Amino acid sequence: MANTSDTNRWRRFSDWDDRMLRLDLFAEEEPEAGFSVFKSPYDPTPAVTIKGGRVVSLDGKSEKDFDILDEFIARHHLDPDLVEEAMAIDDGEIARMLVDINVPREKLERLARGMTPAKLANVVAHLSSLEVAFAYSKMRQRKTPGNQAHVTNAKDDPLQLAADAATAAELGFDELETTMRVSSNSWANALACTVGAAVGRGDALFQCSIEEAEELQIGMAGLATYAETISVYGTENAFIDGDDTPWSKAFLTAAYASRGIKARCTSGAGAELLMGFHEKKSVLYLEARCLCVQRAMGIQGTQNGGVDGAALTASMPGGVRELMAENLIAVWLGLECASGNDARTSESEIRVGAKITPLLLAGSDLITSGQGSINKYDNTFNASLFNGEEIEEYLTLQRDFEVDGGLTPLDEERALGVRIRAVEALTAVFEELGLADVTTSMIQSVVFASGSDDTESFTAGEVTPISEAIKSRKITAVDVVRALAKRGFREEAENLLFMLKQRVTGDYLQTSAIFRGGKIISALNDPNDYSGPASGYRMDEKRWADVKSVRGTLTKESVLATEALGKEKFPDWLFDAGTAEPGEDRHEVVIGVSPAFGTEMHRTSAGHGLPDVVNAIVSGIEDAGGNARLVRIMHTADTSFVGLSAAKLSGSGIGIGIQSKGTAVLHRSDRLPHLNLELFSNAPLVLLDHYKLLGRNAARHTFGEAPEPVVVPFRGEALSARFHARVAILFALETEMTDPKAKPIQLTLSPKGA
Amino acid sequence: MSVKDLYPLAENAPDRVKTPTGKLLSDITLDAVLAGEVTAADLAITPEALHLQAEIALAGGRRTLAENFHRAAELVAIPQDVIMETYEMLRPGRADLEMLHAQADVLRSIYKAELLAKFIEEAATVYERRGIFEKRY
Repeated sequence: MANTSDTNRWRRFSDWDDRMLRLDLFAEEEPEAGFSVFKSPYDPTPAVTIKGGRVVSLDGKSEKDFDILDEFIARHHLDPDLVEEAMAIDDGEIARMLVDINVPREKLERLARGMTPAKLANVVAHLSSLEVAFAYSKMRQRKTPGNQAHVTNAKDDPLQLAADAATAAELGFDELETTMRVSSNSWANALACTVGAAVGRGDALFQCSIEEAEELQIGMAGLATYAETISVYGTENAFIDGDDTPWSKAFLTAAYASRGIKARCTSGAGAELLMGFHEKKSVLYLEARCLCVQRAMGIQGTQNGGVDGAALTASMPGGVRELMAENLIAVWLGLECASGNDARTSESEIRVGAKITPLLLAGSDLITSGQGSINKYDNTFNASLFNGEEIEEYLTLQRDFEVDGGLTPLDEERALGVRIRAVEALTAVFEELGLADVTTSMIQSVVFASGSDDTESFTAGEVTPISEAIKSRKITAVDVVRALAKRGFREEAENLLFMLKQRVTGDYLQTSAIFRGGKIISALNDPNDYSGPASGYRMDEKRWADVKSVRGTLTKESVLATEALGKEKFPDWLFDAGTAEPGEDRHEVVIGVSPAFGTEMHRTSAGHGLPDVVNAIVSGIEDAGGNARLVRIMHTADTSFVGLSAAKLSGSGIGIGIQSKGTAVLHRSDRLPHLNLELFSNAPLVLLDHYKLLGRNAARHTFGEAPEPVVVPFRGEALSARFHARVAILFALETEMTDPKAKPIQLTLSPKGA
Repeated sequence: MSVKDLYPLAENAPDRVKTPTGKLLSDITLDAVLAGEVTAADLAITPEALHLQAEIALAGGRRTLAENFHRAAELVAIPQDVIMETYEMLRPGRADLEMLHAQADVLRSIYKAELLAKFIEEAATVYERRGIFEKRY
């Protein structure tokens, strides 16, 4: 009862104050403070000067003033042969090319190689959100969309990591990313995810996010197949505070490739702002610089779209549009894009759902750069946009829009199967390598656990010696392969070996590479070829069949089977007694029931047994001095007509019509069909007491009274979502039984002659 | 036939890649691992494979990715500790102009890593001009 004394305020504002949305912060654009989205007055005007094939000025700065980013972009990103051509084209013209299905992706990528950060930013700023998403769907690199999972837990429990990694792979995630609460647990986390990823599908890429040098070592040991922590920043000072330069990061990038490990950079709007080195530039321009640096480094891809700065960017006007626009620049530059959506940018579920939608429709190499496959509290990266709690919502969005977001509905039995297998496999590896002892009760607690609150397994402190042993004993993935095979986990051993074998060919070092069905797909052999309707990615029949089969999908058969169960509970209770004739009793109330009432259908949508409903109405009528008579209307199943037909048979002119699903009407014989006295239209909310009161009101009408209509309280439930699919199937049963010529049938509650 | 058609090598040109120890892809089997015939040393990429991937990337219009693969090819033979030491020197405030030039010389003379040497020398020049060598801790 907040705000009752504050009379000078519309109370709706108090209601709004209580919404989760109001926990979100909203910031105004203020370029002086670094808060500008698409354009700051301090952003440079796009320009390049070339002398003798060398870039000597870039976006308003001459060579001698180049900072480390300018220098790197000038030397390694810009193609001097393309600069003049690309920079001369009007921004609006290029923006139109981005959304033109007749301009191929390759042509635009070529132009991007001659464009500066300021130019790229200016062009995408011409696009509306819808156009950004559309351009993204055309420019993204790999045709088949994919997705990445976060697999972490609050205790760094390796058993749970293995189980959750296997579950995530089973859900369809192409990449699994872990990190840890305690940094000294990294090796154990990596090994646990390695084993988990080898269960079931067996070809998901996996990584462990930690300090650069450590991550490379883990990768070299085979306990990671990709890396994602090559952070890039949009200003020199932010880069230096990040303890790197474009050259050190490019060196690291080459180091990963030299060890056969897939790598991508990470950057995103707002990072420089959070680090306090924004140079008053717009977040889009700074991200355009990051992306040009990344392409210049020769990395195959990026994770961007805000990432850690996503919520900050989303706090600004047009911020969510910006996050998509920077994803667009990434793919336009020919980079694989793991397109953000990996941070909870809002406390509002509506904003969360809206945030994912454009990218989900557009498709992306990795739609999120980490979706929580685990529950929020277990996410060591912090809550993702979508989390374990919301996976079924994500699956449903795929089904709603008929899009492939990379995930597949999980079969309960299969989920349990891979969880058990993963935990047992890791237990075997731990024992075989002498890393730890695992008890049956630990296994049990993990297999069934939704999250680490439910487990009685390793604690973070107990994991540290395991992790240290893996590192100090130089245990590699090959040792894990051997241990798995030795203990009978041959399939998992084969799967892990398959992933390790990839580093011999380096096929997955190319742009946008993931594995599906043991085959590599990348921008090279599965290039996005969108050029309008009926081109680009479309789900095939098999994939769509998988995607649409969300849990609990109704069919006519399943609905009728449920209904048939009801019949067993109610032996025959309504008996035909010949054709119903008009009555003469002045206090009679005729209750007209629909054709399938009590024969094919046995419960209302609120779950009341139909005998109880009839009893309630009859007792209400009798309490108020009326006389009830039951008839079955056969020529219609529509409530209004059933009710009016009943009223016309009634000696009082008052009748009640009721359908099997519980919709009921109080009618009078002189009224138009849809102009009734009272109507219970929301059958799922109607209680037996309401039916009784309706009966009472009916009887009182026969005495010429004007009773207060019965109000069935409605609190805004999405009743049609909850019931209509089921009701439509059941109601068809009723309409199928109607016969326009059939006469009403008199009904009794006891067999004839009994 | 374009070099692009070789991709993926594992499917289209398995004979073009060997392990560092000269084994074929088809030699990497679980049984071979269990018999000790395949070890972690076999499961690594070679400079030849990286150069081939660079050619493939270039044919796909990705010049910078190709250059990265060429640099990577030079790094294959460089021991991990030298890689980490060089990376560390490239980070802000770790080295000075002479140290970076000396490191470039080491890579050039010992490991024949001409591309990397030039890359480090380029960094050294920029670091000097921008004050990146300034110690931070």
